[in-house]
Amino acid sequence: MNAHYACNSPAHALSRRQFLAGTVAGGASALGFKDMLAPAMADEIRRQDKRVLVIFLAGGVSQLETWDPKPGTNTGGPFQAIPTSVPGTHICELLPHTARLAHKLAIVRSINTAEDEHGRGAYIMHTGRRQSPAERFPHLGSVCAKLLGAEDNPLPGYIHVAPRGESGFNRNDAAFLGPRYASVTLGDGQPPANLIRPPTLTELADAERNDLRDRINSRFAQARRSADTEAYTNSFSQAQQVMARRNLFDLSQEPMSFRDRYGNHEFGRHMLLARRLLEAGVNFVKVTHSNYDTHHENFDFHIEQLGEFDRTFATMLDDLEQRGLLEKTLVVVMSEFGRTPTINRNYGRDHWSRAWSVAMAGCGVRGGACIGRTNDNGTEVTDRQVNGGHLFHTYFRALGLNPLRHHHHEGRPIPMADPAATAINEVLA
Amino acid sequence: MPGVFSRFGPPSPDGRITPARTRLALELRHTSPLVGCRFDPTGRFVFAGSQDNGIQRWDLATQAKVTYLGHRSWVRALAFHTASRKLLSTDWRGKLLVWPFDAVTAPEPERIIDAHDGWVRAIVMSPNQRQFATCGNDNLIKLWNVADFTVVREFEGHTSHVYNVAFHPTERMIVSADLRGGIKQWDLQTGRATRQMDASVIFRYDPTFRADHGGIRSMTFNADGSLLACAGITNVSNAFAGIGNPAIVLFNWQTGQRSQVLRVAPAFQGTAWGVAFHPDGYVLGAGAGNGGGLWFWRPDAENSILNIAVPNNARDLALHPDNRRVAVPCFDGAVRIYALS
Repeated sequence: MNAHYACNSPAHALSRRQFLAGTVAGGASALGFKDMLAPAMADEIRRQDKRVLVIFLAGGVSQLETWDPKPGTNTGGPFQAIPTSVPGTHICELLPHTARLAHKLAIVRSINTAEDEHGRGAYIMHTGRRQSPAERFPHLGSVCAKLLGAEDNPLPGYIHVAPRGESGFNRNDAAFLGPRYASVTLGDGQPPANLIRPPTLTELADAERNDLRDRINSRFAQARRSADTEAYTNSFSQAQQVMARRNLFDLSQEPMSFRDRYGNHEFGRHMLLARRLLEAGVNFVKVTHSNYDTHHENFDFHIEQLGEFDRTFATMLDDLEQRGLLEKTLVVVMSEFGRTPTINRNYGRDHWSRAWSVAMAGCGVRGGACIGRTNDNGTEVTDRQVNGGHLFHTYFRALGLNPLRHHHHEGRPIPMADPAATAINEVLA
Repeated sequence: MPGVFSRFGPPSPDGRITPARTRLALELRHTSPLVGCRFDPTGRFVFAGSQDNGIQRWDLATQAKVTYLGHRSWVRALAFHTASRKLLSTDWRGKLLVWPFDAVTAPEPERIIDAHDGWVRAIVMSPNQRQFATCGNDNLIKLWNVADFTVVREFEGHTSHVYNVAFHPTERMIVSADLRGGIKQWDLQTGRATRQMDASVIFRYDPTFRADHGGIRSMTFNADGSLLACAGITNVSNAFAGIGNPAIVLFNWQTGQRSQVLRVAPAFQGTAWGVAFHPDGYVLGAGAGNGGGLWFWRPDAENSILNIAVPNNARDLALHPDNRRVAVPCFDGAVRIYALS
């Protein structure tokens, strides 16, 4: 059993220079908003100012210990199901705070992604497509950064708050949309390196340096203006504006009571940062909570990990609602797959993609919905089977985007969502 | 029980066991994985909690099985009150159930008590059988009166789940041990923690998976109370795959210092789930990882002197009152009874 699966992919250190270089490189391939939506619709979606929060429970959270408990069966494990705020809907006892807010959630219990490998499973959940050598598809975050974001948004459109590692720029996430829409990883919630002007560079010298670059850019653009030069100029501007808003990353500006509510642990701090980023206008934030790859002692580890997740997640939903953000923020709790109903000899559960669950809340979501069904011991989907494609159609519809439209790359139309799937209408408000 | 003894062979001439002569004598089978076991004080039965929320009782002489149904979650911790012939069992939901342990047919629970908030990981009877103690995931230890099942005292101070509790055999005190290897000695009269010991060698925070792993899976004193043994896993390199080695940490009770960390040699990958002192001067351990094992040590030497491969993952260990039998409950639903001769 090779169970060392938690994401160890090397983070690419993000200096300001790298951040800008990546953004510039994306200029040539980045397509404008108008390529996908009629201008009036694009403006309307921008006005609606929608956002997405993805909480990624890395390693594969157990659906039986969360959204689809099976107590009293041979696969159910030691935990009980508890009632929620939605009559008739029960979830695992490890989520008591979440249970109180079930009327805000839509739970899909009938996911079959048929992919039990971490990387490929994560790809499906991030792109809505199976991995293929023929095409690399953009992450949901990149699509949202492009379609939901204002062109002049000073903040990156897709930020990933990761539990560890250095901050980095992940240009592959955007695929053919171009690196302008790729994710920026904030390792341990820390801002990109070198964001803050070093003490050896005076404010005056920095301003003079920026002024010189602007003048050179302008002169160059007069004769040879292109998408590249536009992107180059914009990227420096964006970096300057991010620097100006670096207090976003300073959680000490939040009242202590709020920090306590989110939780005095890594995930709590990262979720609080996510809320600050969403509130500041970042269109897509992903927070990774690590780790759920519990091949060994699944139950003790789920007590520990979900003990962090549950209260923090409920706090986030309450906080977003109280700030008026929940109605325009699509919240998705996902993993790369679920875990085996069968309990192995080490009290563990292994990878299981044939029957697992995802929860959603917020923008465009019908709270209280519980969609799909698995059999008595959770090994198979018995009703309303869906896959990653269905989920992507649903996300786009919830955000007011038309999943039947196409990206255009090098003259080729590429469907925004898998044409073989459709939206899960029962989820949609 | 001559019939039982005949199956386990005659005692050795000097009455002391020879570990190398240990052999598998009996397999008692259930249909669901087992999670813990104990012999009753008369030695007639072996009880095992199972993943189907039941408790299975086997008569060692006849192998007849009786199932105790009443828990709604898994049971790993079992204790007995000899005079009243009661079985006390605790589960992951925090419930304590009281049963007759020698009922002829499947019994009903006589009491169902909300003992803790979350899993009650251990229950032990005091040496004089007037009190018992429980501990659990609410980070508490509770001292109970056997007579009326009321809580005499609660002991607060652990900052992580309390995995085990044990009465000292001669002194009026208990010890408790938690997930992070913290051991506290408590004065039963005052409720105060009077000493702390460190078994953190069987704990690790795995920074890759961002999770705590360890805990004292089994804990016991030797007969005179001079040694305390704690079982668990050490050298954890991958918490979520259980990559580590079984270890028994021995403490000198007088000094409170660690006297030895007993290891399986050659190295075995997995967790020590059970530990017992044999009066002939051995420490016995059982555990699992990639298979199961039953191990013997001398308490003054680090490496095991005998390793017996258990056919399936071992999840606990119990020493029979006659000190000639060891029960090992396994993932495949079998309680394996090993004869010590």
